[in-house]
Order: sequence, then C-alpha cells, then structure tokens
Amino acid sequence: MSAIIKTENLRYVYGAGLPGATVALDGIDLSIEQGEFVGVIGPTGCGKSTLITHFNGLNRPTEGKIFIDGTDIWAKPEAIRQYRFLVGLVFQYPEYQLFEETVEKDIAYGPRNMGLSAAEVEERVMQAAAFVGLAPETMKRSPFELSGGQKRRVAIAGILAMRPKVLVLDEPAAGLDPEGREMILSQIKKFHKETHTTVVLVSHSMEDIAKYADRVLVLQAGKVAMYDTTERVFARADELVQLGLSVPQVTKIFLKMRQLGVNVPADVYTVKYAKERILEALAAGKGAGQC
Amino acid sequence: MLRDITIGQHFPGNSIVHRMDPRVKLILTLAYIVVLFVGSNPLGLFLSAAFLVLAYRVSQIPFKLITKSLKPILPIVLFTALLNLFFVQGEVLFRLWVFTITREGVYNVAILVVRIICLIAGTSLLTYTTSPILLTDALEQLLRPFAKLHLPVHELAMMMTIALRFIPTLIEETDKIMSAQKARGAELDTGSLSQRLRALVPVLIPLFISAFRRADELAMAMECRCYHGGEGRTRLTVLRVGGQDVGVCVFCTVYFALICVSATLLAFLPV
Repeated sequence: MSAIIKTENLRYVYGAGLPGATVALDGIDLSIEQGEFVGVIGPTGCGKSTLITHFNGLNRPTEGKIFIDGTDIWAKPEAIRQYRFLVGLVFQYPEYQLFEETVEKDIAYGPRNMGLSAAEVEERVMQAAAFVGLAPETMKRSPFELSGGQKRRVAIAGILAMRPKVLVLDEPAAGLDPEGREMILSQIKKFHKETHTTVVLVSHSMEDIAKYADRVLVLQAGKVAMYDTTERVFARADELVQLGLSVPQVTKIFLKMRQLGVNVPADVYTVKYAKERILEALAAGKGAGQC
Repeated sequence: MLRDITIGQHFPGNSIVHRMDPRVKLILTLAYIVVLFVGSNPLGLFLSAAFLVLAYRVSQIPFKLITKSLKPILPIVLFTALLNLFFVQGEVLFRLWVFTITREGVYNVAILVVRIICLIAGTSLLTYTTSPILLTDALEQLLRPFAKLHLPVHELAMMMTIALRFIPTLIEETDKIMSAQKARGAELDTGSLSQRLRALVPVLIPLFISAFRRADELAMAMECRCYHGGEGRTRLTVLRVGGQDVGVCVFCTVYFALICVSATLLAFLPV
C-alpha cells in the first residue's frame, strides 16, 4: 500500500500577518492510503473544511508540505490545476454550484475542463449519473427544476465524472431526509467498492462515520487528536465526549451496559455488529444463569 | 482575494470616537471634507493631518488600515499627481527633454496628495468606527425633513441597510462558489480577457440564484414579523446626543475654524 495523500507538518493561518490571524491547522501529519475510506470528525471550527481544501490545492499551506500520490503539489504552483482533477472535492451543499441549462451539461463541466474528447465526456457523464442513481430522462432537464436531493446527486456526479483518484466529501448528506442520507452515502460506498477510489468523508454524524469508514481522523483545534481504525477510535468514547463529540448511539448503549456489569465488548459501533454481540452475550448469559 | 475589501468595513471598539452619536460623526466628517478644501495651504493641511492622527489614536484604529483603504484609488492619485507635476507652468526647477518640473507643480502635487490621503483616511475613520446599521440610522434621521417633500427616506435607508448587511454574505458566497468551480477545474485567473469573462459564468449564475433565494427568504421573514414600512415604527435604540458629543463638537468646531483661517495665519507667520 502506498500513501495517496500525505501531509508533513501542515500549518494554515487565516489572515497571516494581520491582527486577528487565526491558526486553522497546526502541524498536521497524516497519511491516507490508496483505497481507504477515511472518516473525518471534529467539533465545529476544528479545521476539517480547511484541511480538505488543502488536499486539492485550493488553499496553499502557510507552512509544511502536502504530497498527492508521492509528489509535492506545491513544487510547481502553475501545475496545481491537475490536482483538482486527481482529488475530487465535493463541498458542503454542492447543489448551490449548479449553473448549466441541463443536468447533462452540468455534470460534463468538470470533464470538459480536463480537455477530454466529446465521446469520453459523454461516457463519463453517463457512468457518473448511473452511479448516483439519476434516471436517463432527467439528464435533459434543467438542474433547477429538480428536488434538493436530486440536485445534490447531480453535483456529486459532476465530481465523480472527473474520475478522481481520491473523492473528498464535506457533509454530503447535510440537510437531507433520512432516506436521502442513506441513499447518497450508500451510493458513495458502492462507488468506493467498485472503483477502489480513496474516499475521505467529513461528517458530523457518528452513525454515518461508524457505518462507512475504515479509519477515522479526529481533529481538534487544528491538530490531529486521533487517527486510527474506526473501532479503536470509538472505543475511546470518554475522550471523544470530552472533545465535544459523541459516539454512535449503539456504542453509548453498550458502554452503559458495561457500566451495569453486562459482559459485552466496548468497541461496538454498528447496529449489525451489536446484534451479534447481544446474541452472544445472551447465549453466554444463559449458560451462566445471568441476565 | 475578496476578503481584502476594506471600504465600509467596521472595526468595533469602545473609544470616544466609537461611542459618539453617528449623526454627529457624519456631520463632522462632512465638515472635515469641506475644511480640507477651504484650508488648502501648508499650515491648514498640516493641522488637518494632525487632527487625523489624533482621531486615529483616540479611536485606536491602526494606521496600517489607511494604506489599505488608499490602495484602490492609488492609480488615480498617481495619475493626477503626474499631470500636475509636468503640466503646471511656473518657475522651472528641472528640465528633461520635453518634461519640465516647476516649483508650482511640486507644490500643487504635495497639496493634492496630502489632501486626498486626508480625505480618504478621514471618511474611512467614519466607517471604521461606526457600524453600517448605525450609519444608515443616522442618515435616515438626518434626511427625515426631506420626507415632507415625498422623498422615501425610510425606504432608501432600509434598502441601504439591507445592501450593506448582505455585502459580506455575498462575498463569502462568491468565495465558496469560486472554490467549488475551481474544484471542478475552472480557470478563473488565467487566460485572455474573453476567456476569463466566460469562466465567470459558472460563478455568476449560482451567485444570482442564491441572491434571489436570499431576497425571497428575507422578504418572507420580514413579512412574518409584520414589516409594513416606516410609518409608526419605533426604534430599539434611540440616538441621543450626549454631553460627550457636545464636547467633541465644540472642540472640532474651534479646530476646524482654525484650519479655515490658516491661510491668513500663515501670512502673519515669519517665514
């Protein structure tokens, strides 16, 4: 495995040199491996959004280096645009960036900027639309006629169509109803599985992170507070709560059960896994005559 | 890039200048502009500049901001300065090919540059120390007499308040949309002029749409709170001229009068 994104002592200061300059990122060292699904959590204002805008070179670090696929992206600042295609970034509420007359044209904006042939663009647009579950008949409609959830999918397809090596999403499910959330996130997971694209998902929902991420990065005041596998991060529930975060509800229940003396593991963070552990505990409990 | 716009930016503080009645500040600023033109002689401008230094000191606004607010008009200042420098007739100081520099030219340029700097720095101080909302309130009250002449004073003030309120919001929004389109490979700062204009379309369309959306939401929110225009509307904060304002007013009046007669004073000074 090789690191697709690697940062070295990354620092970013807003308004550097002015009164009221704020340090947004303070010495971030991390590496994200090719093909991983990394969840990013942290309290509001901890630097999550600032960090991800460094991954595709939208923000230039005040200090430190960032490597994409092994090369320092700021070694040649004039060539920074190619990293925008390599690392596809979906912003919060991406539907506000739509501007074309038809859905098809809007999704094609990124690929066309890459200078691809018309046939290649067409193929990518169709594939991206299929990934996010847009019906072929919506392709000729204006994106402004669509519902909020559908607009969101068009915007995400616009990034997918660039076929980035890394897909970075900032709260892709914010403001959607539970069904819409589930749909968008599971489509992203499907995309991740089928194309082996590295995914970085920023979210405030511990449930979503627990369900989809392999590794979790916890940011706190511009620093890496934790960066480990999902189960190990959520096992440190007390620390997460201290950071102003929380753990998935099912983990909370299991921690409470442990406090009450029930013999269940602490690193339970998905409902599916929880069910198995409860059944195990029940079976063990019957044998011992407890519960 | 877009965050660097400072004209009309407010720097909250708690100095005398900040706490002054905005109407008094507005009138004094206008008076200062007039005084700058009346006292256009070395002594007058020196006194005017000294006044500014004092005012910036008292209000604790960093001097660095003056240079920042001067930046956008720098080309105009340079252009007029050069014109004056080379085309004013008088006693020749220096001659190079067709260019001549005269004593009068140098004098004019010095006066002009100091006056413009004072003008910009003085008016900036008003916006630095007064929140836009207070400023429009002050404007509305000062213009109230014109309502009798069917000038829609309240509506104009409300429009100005809303416009001012939404400038930072729209700047932030523009930043966001630009970033989002750059993430899709938009090239906004390279290429020929026509290419750049075309590249702006993906930024402008979402920006307009969001501006209309915000306008709709704001109108709805105002109606929900039963907004019906200026008639019979009372204010949460009533502007009052206090003892401090009177004191500052008296000081400024005397000082400004001094600047106005500075030309005469200058004649009596032994030079």
